[in-house]
Formats: sequence, structure tokens, C-alpha cells
Amino acid sequence: MSDEIVAVSGLTKRFASVVAVDDLNFNARKGEILGLVGPDGAGKTTTLRILAGILPADMGSVLVAGQDVLREPEAVKSRISYMPQQFGLYEDLTVTENIRFYADIFEVSRTVRQQREAQLLEASGMSRFRDRLAGQLSGGMKRKLGIACALIHTPQLLLLDEPTTGVDPVSRRELWSILYSLVFEGVTVLVSTAYLDEAERCQRLLLMHQGRSLFFGTPTDLKSTLCGGVLSIGSSNPQALQMATAGEQGILRATAMGDGLHIVVDDPDRRLVELRERFDRTGIPFGDIRRIPASVEDVFVYVISQQAQEAREQ
Amino acid sequence: MNGAPSIVVEQLLKRFESFTAVNQVSFQVRSGEIFGLLGPNGSGKSTIIRMLCGLLTPSSGAATVVGFDVARQAEEVRKHIGYMSQKFSLYNDLTALENLQFFAGLYGVKGSALNERIAWALKMAGLAGSERSLTGELSGGWKQRLALGSAVLHRPQVLFLDEPTAGVDPLSRGQFWELIHQMAREGVTILVTTHYMDEAEYCNRLALINQGLIVAMGTPTKIKQLAINGAILLVECNPLGRALAVVKQAPGVIDASVFGAALHVAVDAARLPLPELPAFLASHEVRVDRIELISPSLEDAFVSLTGDRTFSDEAAE
Repeated sequence: MSDEIVAVSGLTKRFASVVAVDDLNFNARKGEILGLVGPDGAGKTTTLRILAGILPADMGSVLVAGQDVLREPEAVKSRISYMPQQFGLYEDLTVTENIRFYADIFEVSRTVRQQREAQLLEASGMSRFRDRLAGQLSGGMKRKLGIACALIHTPQLLLLDEPTTGVDPVSRRELWSILYSLVFEGVTVLVSTAYLDEAERCQRLLLMHQGRSLFFGTPTDLKSTLCGGVLSIGSSNPQALQMATAGEQGILRATAMGDGLHIVVDDPDRRLVELRERFDRTGIPFGDIRRIPASVEDVFVYVISQQAQEAREQ
Repeated sequence: MNGAPSIVVEQLLKRFESFTAVNQVSFQVRSGEIFGLLGPNGSGKSTIIRMLCGLLTPSSGAATVVGFDVARQAEEVRKHIGYMSQKFSLYNDLTALENLQFFAGLYGVKGSALNERIAWALKMAGLAGSERSLTGELSGGWKQRLALGSAVLHRPQVLFLDEPTAGVDPLSRGQFWELIHQMAREGVTILVTTHYMDEAEYCNRLALINQGLIVAMGTPTKIKQLAINGAILLVECNPLGRALAVVKQAPGVIDASVFGAALHVAVDAARLPLPELPAFLASHEVRVDRIELISPSLEDAFVSLTGDRTFSDEAAE
């Protein structure tokens, strides 16, 4: 496929006895945001480091824009930009000086730099902080400056390792909006996150757990892998409600939330009616009961439990 | 859940030199309640917890925990609370059992209670039979439950959890919250800080904190309602890039962002169902496939409640 910018197959990486990345297969197209989504220890950082050409792999192949990253890591470095979790900003330099420094490293011409700098600072809402020392920026601003530095040249592929971790929600949204503006310009973005809800912001995602791939595809397809659906029942005493529903037929999982219960059921329409009738009959108080969209976390837990069950049966 | 307040916080303020980390915060937590402080890094959550544990002295204002003043009776406070930090503060080169014995000694758990509580903690953590494993070799979920066990060996009435599930996998996170709900049912008051918006849904009540200030307080459902002078529309359309650029100029639209193959468009709820939106997009050569009203998330609520303040304050620093 001509618009395939990243092609990864059979990628495996071991650290001593730990398999950090286990037989990953995925691709990314031109102008696409692909999310590497999973909890700590899923192998996200290792994968990004290998793609950036700074960590050798044990097995498999990685092509970026048709070039073999594992054999010739230097050949792709001009096409990619990689922002690790700890991005090297100079705290005693100002915002503009940091950007200028990275522009020089990437050999960006002065006119291009000036134009790009203005654009990036504007998009991230940082225009008025251009003379502030990087060390005096908030966490969210530092991440945004990191991205601005990583983007001062125009890479074909941008690799971002957990850019939104611990960042306030407003900055988090701005980061995503910057990423999408790049995507609309044709840049391919690989972004890792431990926030499962952020999976919904990606066009496609690789859901990862302990080095392995649980799912690769669109968020919509991911949710359709969950058999059944999720019901939400309002209650001022979710724990009591949870006990009342324990062991009921068709209930796969019940989770007590702060002001209600979330239950994963096999047949949402049918169970909704059944539960309502049962609560009415037994006089258990409950509030609003309705079907809600499954979250990525619901699906993640479902997939892992399914796999554990299959492993037991084998 | 209807008990007397076991945590009372009044006008609590903490200054570090010229920086106000916590700015006149007031709230109460009832006995047996799970109360969440939700906010981004640096919003003042941990500073509040540290003051309530008697580890930091407030600059002004007052707080009591199970009736004891946190500034003047810190020793008493500490006897009645458990504290679990985000780093789990376990000794990696000790076994699970040795960690529990260490914390039991620290909290003065003795006699027949000692073995009973340690056995209870091992069972709760799912570590019975693996008590001789080195803590450093346990996975995140086990460690987390071991840390929880260590924090409650002395049966505290109040439990403080500071970012307890950062980076733990969702399965373990679910199990962890199950345990927390159980403790609350037994009457333990729980104060938890988190910056995971979705995790806050596990709390009975929440305070949204931004830059040291409480911006909203209530049940998760109530907070979402509070924030909703905006409603969220899911708009599936093509091409997305152009749609994003023009939709912000549509009448009634407050904000828009891309979610995979669709836009989330925040609109003025009073103007729903916004019948002119499809025509507006069509006139800009955007094909609309589907529009659906979706429930706002806590993150939507947070953004709408804090909004521009983040920037105005930053500029004023």
C-alpha cells in the first residue's frame, strides 16, 4: 500500500527474562493517528523506541516510509520526530530559545522556523509565553513546548510517548487538537497513552497488555468485540444494589460506581426490563436505569478475562 | 453513608512563599463515604491530603479528622488514619510478609491482633501462599493491594489514598475499587485523590480542584449536570479536517474536537436540537452522516467548569 508509512511485523523485544514486546503486528497510514493504548508495562515505550531507531529489536521487521529501521536506523531519522516522556527542554532557556535550539539541530531555515514557530505557539495557546523560561512553565505547557520543538521540522512520522500523562484536561484537549491539525496536513502520528479513554480520540489503536496486542483497529470496531452491552443503574447505595444483582442470569460483571452500578450484560434490552421488574417486585430502591455506551476499559477487562478463560480451558 | 462528618475542612489555605497551593478550601466527608479530590497534577490535591494527615501545617483555616485538629493534634490524627501514597512506599527487597510485619510494628499492632490482621491483609491482597515472595517481584496490582493492606493494618477510621491506581492495569484497578467500596461499607471514611477523570466515577462525591481552588462539588452525576449549560453532540461527517475548521463558526457551537472518525461538538444546550447544524455543514461542503446527543464525561465537565481560567491565571503569575 503506497500510503503506508509504518509497517511492523513480528516485532519482539526481550530484556533478560522479560518479554517487553511480544510479536506485534500493525501499520499506520499517511495522515493517521494511531494510538498505542495500555497500562504501564504494556510495552508502549519499548515499541516507540524501536520505531525511533534508538533501540534494537530481537525479532521482526519495522519499515518506516519503506526504509528498514532495524537495519538502517540513521536512514529514517530525518523523516521522524520522537518525543520521549522526559523531553529534553532547557529549563534556563526561554520558550523561543528552546524552539530555536531544536530548529538548529534539525537544520531548519530561519524563514521556515519563524513561520512554523508562530503557528505552533498559536495552536498551543503559548504565544504570550514565548519569553518565559521553560523551567517556569506548568506541566501541560512543558509538554506543549516539547511538541513544538519536536515539530519544528516537518516530519513524516511523529512518535509521542505519553504526551498527556498528568496534564490538565484543558491542555490535554489542546494537545489532541494540535495532533489532529498535523494529521490533516498529512503527518502520521503514533501516540502512546495509559488513559484508556483516550483510545476514543485515535483513528485506529493498538490495545496492548504485558507486551502483547489485544486488539488492532478502530475504536468502533473495538467496542463491537464486547458481546452484549453495559447498563447503568443510579443508586445512593451502589454496594447494596451490587449484592442484589450478584449471580443473576446474564450478568457478566457488576461494578459499583460512586452513585450507581455499571453492569456488563449479555443482552442489554432484555436484562434492562428484567432487572427493572425485579427491583420493583423486591422493593430495592434504584434510580435511572439505562443502557450506556461501553467504555474502552469495559472492553479491555472483557478481552483480558476472555483470554484468561481460554487459557484455563486449554 | 449517613454518619456524622469524620473530616471537616474549613477555609484551608496553604502558601509556599508567594505561591498559594491550596486556596480556602472547605468540604466535609461523612463517615463511610468515598470522597474524591479530582484535579490535574499541581492542583493542590496532595497538599490537602498532607495537611489532613498532619504532615504539613496549614497557613490558615482549620481541619479536623475524626474530631482531632490536624494542626494541633497531629499525633492523635495519625493514630486514626491510614495513608497510601502513589509510590506505595513498600520495601522492594523485603517479602510481602516482612513488609506487613514492618508496617504493623510502625502502627503499633500487637498481640493476637497482629497475626489476625496480617493474615487478613494477605488474604485481601490475594497473597496468601505467596507471602514469601519478594515485594519487588510482584506485579503492580499485587503491590497496590499489599500497600493497601499495610495502610489499614491498624483498622483506621479514615483512609487517605493519594493517586492509588496510577498506571495499574484496569483489571487490578477494578479489584482495588471493589476493596475500597467494601471498606466504606464497613464504615471507613475514604478520601482519594486522582487525576484520572474516569476513575472519579467510583467516588460517592467529588470536589473538582483546579489551581488550589474547588470549582465544583457533588456526586459524579450532579457535577456532570452542573457543567452542562453545554451539551455534547457526536457528529460523524466527512471530511473531518474541514468540518472541524468550520463547525466552530456555526451558531450555537461552543467548541469542537476530533474523536477518531467523528467530531465531539459542545453546543449551547438551550439551543438543542440545533436543526440548522447539518445544513450549515453541508453549505461548507461537509457531508454529515450522523448526529447523536451523547452524555458528557467528567472531563467535559472539568473543562467546561475550569475553561479559560487556566490561562488567565497562568498569565497573571
